[in-house]
Amino acid sequence: MEPLLQVENLTVTYETRQGPVHAVDDVSFTLYRGEILGLVGESGCGKSTLGMALLRMVRPPGHITSGKMLFLGRDLLRLPEEEMRKLRGRHISMVFQDPMTSLNPLQRIGDHIVETIRTHEPQVSKQEAWDRAAQLIQRLGISPDRLKDYPHQLSGGMRQRIMIGIGLALNADLIIADEPTTSLDVIVEAQFLDLLRELRDEFNLTMVLITHNIGVVAELADRVAVMYAGRMAEIGAVRDVFHETLHPYTKGLLASVPSIRLEDGLELETLSGAPPSLLDPPPGCRFHPRCPQAKPVCREAVPAWQEVKPGHGTACWLYDEEEA
Amino acid sequence: MTTNDRQSLVSVRNLKKYFPVGQGLLDKLFNREALAVRAVDGVDFDIYPGETLGLAGESGSGKTTTGRLVLRLLEPTDGTILFAGQDITHLPESDLRPLRRRMQPIFQDPTASLNPRMTIGQAIAHGLRIHHLAENAADERRQVLDILAKVGLTPPEQFIDKYPHQLSGGQRQRAVIARALVLRPDLVVADEPIAMADVSVRAVLLQLMRDLQKEFGLTYLFITHDLATAKYICDRIAVMYLGQIVEIGPLPQVYSNPRHPYTQALLAAVPVPDPDARRTQPLPKGEIPSPIHPPAGCRFHPRCPIAEDVCRREPPPLHPVEGEPEHLVACHLR
Ligand SMILES: Nc1ncnc2c1ncn2[C@@H]1O[C@H](COP(=O)(O)OP(=O)(O)OP(=O)(O)O)[C@@H](O)[C@H]1O
Ligand SMILES: Nc1ncnc2c1ncn2[C@@H]1O[C@H](COP(=O)(O)OP(=O)(O)O)[C@@H](O)[C@H]1O
Ligand code: SF4
Ligand code: SF4
Ligand SMILES: [Mg+2]
Ligand SMILES: [Mg+2]
Repeated sequence: MEPLLQVENLTVTYETRQGPVHAVDDVSFTLYRGEILGLVGESGCGKSTLGMALLRMVRPPGHITSGKMLFLGRDLLRLPEEEMRKLRGRHISMVFQDPMTSLNPLQRIGDHIVETIRTHEPQVSKQEAWDRAAQLIQRLGISPDRLKDYPHQLSGGMRQRIMIGIGLALNADLIIADEPTTSLDVIVEAQFLDLLRELRDEFNLTMVLITHNIGVVAELADRVAVMYAGRMAEIGAVRDVFHETLHPYTKGLLASVPSIRLEDGLELETLSGAPPSLLDPPPGCRFHPRCPQAKPVCREAVPAWQEVKPGHGTACWLYDEEEA
Repeated sequence: MTTNDRQSLVSVRNLKKYFPVGQGLLDKLFNREALAVRAVDGVDFDIYPGETLGLAGESGSGKTTTGRLVLRLLEPTDGTILFAGQDITHLPESDLRPLRRRMQPIFQDPTASLNPRMTIGQAIAHGLRIHHLAENAADERRQVLDILAKVGLTPPEQFIDKYPHQLSGGQRQRAVIARALVLRPDLVVADEPIAMADVSVRAVLLQLMRDLQKEFGLTYLFITHDLATAKYICDRIAVMYLGQIVEIGPLPQVYSNPRHPYTQALLAAVPVPDPDARRTQPLPKGEIPSPIHPPAGCRFHPRCPIAEDVCRREPPPLHPVEGEPEHLVACHLR
């Protein structure tokens, strides 16, 4: 597996009036080419902030405080803004929950795609760019006629396809999708997940799929990263994380997810309490106030990252050999 | 006892709601016929005391409109609605008022449902006053504290004077539930009540709604686009498509033996939280057509993988599934 992006000790801080909020706190992980990494966790745990940080697009009062992000060997955090702008869109592209916010309501879809292509590839003629857009959108299951439509004339599912299409038109290596299916109905969502799967196979796309929908991750992701209160709790292959769950938070989260299968029964576990305020997070393991397995050490010291088996790691004292 | 022997709390027949759509100047000039969104177009169902009937379907299928019609927050275009045996279809507001206490809504967005300038305690007491349910100030406070404790806002003394912005989203929805239940309603129409909450909070709210149903003997109309959530609370489920019910029955029967091709697609599309259970079934093509000009015959026919000629001509009536008399489906071929 070829590493595409290596994130090391990344910290992102929002300077708020009440004090600094480390929305991403000392997070490290590797993204491999051609994989779909699902990023999950409760609201406010830092998923979107991490996604924006990968594009160096964290908005003030937030900023990247420390760490490294090696993209194909180059540290993105050391690139001049000009270089970063070229990379953005061209190599790393983003899809949001509500594509309306990234599309200009007064611009036809086709013109938008043509303009985006020509910004990054000025040598391409308008006609060439339009033809490329038409080919792509057809591949995405939308009639090329629709290029003449304005964003509001398309359904939510079509708009999401177009956003992915813009990334593809520029041959992006990495797509960061933040809740891309959250506003879609279940059949349209499933159609879109099928499309993502096909595109990954066809173009060897790499994708970070940010979602609160555990089912979507189980359906599509190769690996899963679980965040809790700004920190990484667990990362591993999707089967390992679901069936050989390590971190007590992951266990609680998975057990609270409703399943449509009748044989899974009618009982749901409920995680007690709520995630902590990031202004004043608990010391030690941030999950300890809610953790059914907390030990005295959990209240005092931050658990180190443990690679429990190759490719499957967690930050939890239960797996610290010296402690155990 | 089959459901048919029981006296229903709500009985809806041929219920319709058409919303006129704004006509453009050109339409008026050329005298083109007035258009209407057929949000609900001929719906029949009963809700029996103590049960939860789920209303499922994709957005725009008419779930919310149906719920608002049952609550008589909307004037029906056609059909009848009986509540506890009384015809309320066109009951004027003054006659509805005594019934309003008995049918309470819970909506999706608790923030929008609560007045930001009222404390939780004031919001709950407001309903008690309107319906003259408290004997005096002390009794009112006792009832408010009582219901706060019942919905898990404990200790209630700490919550009674809080404003909505001082609560989390999950706590706000508990307050909305408290405000509805303090009136001791018979029917609660819950429209996507947990859709805005976080995964872990959803499980908690769902459990709370189940517990309160038992404790207060409530009847729920539970509106949701999430069929996985529905499994945990609904006794029976109705699946809507373009303003009509395409399948209805006891939830275990509908989920284990879905008969309508649309229900089958909907159930198959729900992602299962298990990577070993990835979907293999194909999906229907395209998206839901406009409810302004719904397809003739069976409304699902343009997307149906097994449609035949008759489907394009005639609307299929709801009829019982073989061997499952309480399970009804509207499909010519099933
Ligand atoms: N502009 C901002 N100013 C201050 N704090 C912020 C800002 N944006 C986010 N935060 C804080 O950073 C933390 C992480 O937020 P983020 O949006 O990354 O979470 P998330 O995991 O994407 O949540 P959700 O599931 O709700 O989308 C939260 O505590 C949030 O309150
Ligand atoms: N007040 C209204 N005016 C016009 N159209 C409406 C109104 N309310 C709902 N509709 C339309 O009626 C249809 C059904 O809507 P709704 O009942 O909200 O469905 P659901 O709750 O299943 O998403 C949709 O096409 C919607 O746009
Ligand atoms: S480190 Fe301790 S508190 Fe944290 S998850 Fe592990 S056992 Fe629980
Ligand atoms: S009536 Fe015909 S078109 Fe409609 S669902 Fe049945 S088979 Fe399909
Ligand atoms: Mg987010
Ligand atoms: Mg609705």
